[in-house]
Amino acid sequence: MNQLTLIELGQGEKGRVFGFEGGQGLINKLNAMGIRQGKEITKISDSFLGGPVTVQVDNIKVAIGHGMSAKIIMEVDK
Amino acid sequence: MKILLMGNPNVGKSVFFSRLTGTSVTSSNYPGTTVEYTEGYMKWRGEIVNIIDVPGTYTLEPTNKAEEVAVNMLNEGDLVINIVDATNLERNLNLTLQLLEKDIPVIIALNFWDEAQHKGIQIDVDRLERLLGVPVIPTVATKGNGIRDLINKFDYREIMDRDYGKTEKRWAEIGKIIEEVQQINHRHYSLLDRLEEVSIKPLTGIPIAIIVLYLSFKIIRFIGEGLIGYVTEPFFETVYKPMILKLSILLGSQGFLHDLLVGQLIEGEIDFGQSFGLLTTAVFIPFAAVLPYIIAFYFILGLLEDTGYLPRLAVLVDNVLHKVGLHGFSIIPMILGLGCNVPAALAARTLESRREKFIASTLMAIAIPCMAQIAMILGLLGPYGGKYIGYVFAVLGAVWIIVGLLLNKILPGFSSDLLLEIPPFRIPSIGTVIKKLWMRIVSFLRDAIPFMLFGIFIVNLFYVLGVFDLLAIGIGPFLNRLFGLPQEAITALLMGFLRKDLAMGMLAPLGLTAKQLVVASTILAIYFPCVATFAVLIRELGIIDMLKATLVMIITTFIVGGFMNFAFQEGGFTLLGWLIIILVLFLIKYIPNINNREMISENKNLIS
Repeated sequence: MNQLTLIELGQGEKGRVFGFEGGQGLINKLNAMGIRQGKEITKISDSFLGGPVTVQVDNIKVAIGHGMSAKIIMEVDK
Repeated sequence: MKILLMGNPNVGKSVFFSRLTGTSVTSSNYPGTTVEYTEGYMKWRGEIVNIIDVPGTYTLEPTNKAEEVAVNMLNEGDLVINIVDATNLERNLNLTLQLLEKDIPVIIALNFWDEAQHKGIQIDVDRLERLLGVPVIPTVATKGNGIRDLINKFDYREIMDRDYGKTEKRWAEIGKIIEEVQQINHRHYSLLDRLEEVSIKPLTGIPIAIIVLYLSFKIIRFIGEGLIGYVTEPFFETVYKPMILKLSILLGSQGFLHDLLVGQLIEGEIDFGQSFGLLTTAVFIPFAAVLPYIIAFYFILGLLEDTGYLPRLAVLVDNVLHKVGLHGFSIIPMILGLGCNVPAALAARTLESRREKFIASTLMAIAIPCMAQIAMILGLLGPYGGKYIGYVFAVLGAVWIIVGLLLNKILPGFSSDLLLEIPPFRIPSIGTVIKKLWMRIVSFLRDAIPFMLFGIFIVNLFYVLGVFDLLAIGIGPFLNRLFGLPQEAITALLMGFLRKDLAMGMLAPLGLTAKQLVVASTILAIYFPCVATFAVLIRELGIIDMLKATLVMIITTFIVGGFMNFAFQEGGFTLLGWLIIILVLFLIKYIPNINNREMISENKNLIS
């Protein structure tokens, strides 16, 4: 098991959400969008010049700003 | 009886609303349009039922203003119709379970039922009904499927009053439910999936965005010009003009009443652009010159909204908007502003912080001309060539960037990060697009006509009273020196406060040179929002922030107008002019960031 932030996760790679480096406010917001601990998500597109990361969670795509993405810790099998 | 429609954003709530009430309301793919809740009525078994379209919310533990509104509304209803996206059952159930804990009866509409089946998602409705304890009805709102079953359940009054415990326990419960009722069959990666992804990835998405925007502008111009050239102008010239000419003769071709209604005759003829009567110019500008572009713009905007393209644009421009202290979502008020600044000012309210609201509203009011003004700019400058129109928009673009960069540097407070659901591409229903277009046209005419009539009335009154001459002598020389505009242009600038299209129309008879038209068009866009926008901005920002924004606008007008008068020579910017622009853009980098440290700390406070 390997841990890295959502920014560092490669484009097209799958990972499991391990945790968040932020307060309850951030966690609530992300949870409401379906991004929560233990959830498997796929990164669709990388952050480009400070732009957002886009991920696929179940059947929805969510764009997450660069700052927030850096606070999401992912777990990948390697 | 009061029924609340509740659900996550992008679940088709507004479609239910318009189905149930028969009234047309705005329904779009991006979150934010229904923050101002909509109310409608329907007759049900001889009773009048009040139906409320509650702003879309992901959770009842509010994370923003719109969600607070939603929670507050729960106290008022007799029944909640919880609209659930069948293709995203898991996330949607979070809201459902929270609703079941409340002291209000709930029934569930499982929407996008057809899409879920398409995507290989199978949901056992009976079992879901048993597990939740409330009626669950599969629906396809756009086609009207299931609506009748839903209506039959309006007298459902059982209250669940569940207690699912804290957040983690609730998600665990959702996990259990999903495992029991949902089965996903693996499915092939379709062409649409591919298109959805390439439209988000910057490398492919940005070229696609450029093509989409370019085509949009081309189509808007094509429709706008076509309608003017083949429909509205011929109608006014061949049908309307002879009627007014008869009236003119009836009124004796002169006198105050004649001048007020018909206006000045230009070489014995009525000139719709120059006569300035209540029945000539005041009718001609909104109907013949502006309406065609309004139709064209809102038709294209409706398509972009309902296909789900706009949130993709928000993703692609996010990094640029961060430079001006905003995030990608703010592109939506900017695009709405191109139609009319009023709905744009309303859309800016969904932004999170006071700082973001201020920046977005100010930039929108300063640098985004509305379609009414754009139509007149195209009409007036078009004959001189596209280059001049290009200059107006290029300068406005530069103003947007420079003012934005500066505001981001000097304003205290924090800016938030983008977090946005990107809905799938959906084929828009032509019915909904046309309905929405119709509503927007009606609201344009309703807002434009009174102001236009009032404006023309004031123009005539001031003309008779000699107010304009006084102003021209008083302020004119100063304007002339600074902007290089003739003294009479002051009257147009003043009327711009009422309506920008009227002001542009007043420039027409002055015989301005192309350069003067470029300068006047630009400062008319920058200097002040029209009175309708102004009123909304005061309400949204508060009087203090609005005064600050006004100050920014006035300073910007003087600097930009003066600069253009100086730099624009012989049909274009001089080399020195270009160098100054580049230098300013370069120098802004070195202005110290007043709030940088605070920004980080405040950001932490917000999150924790």
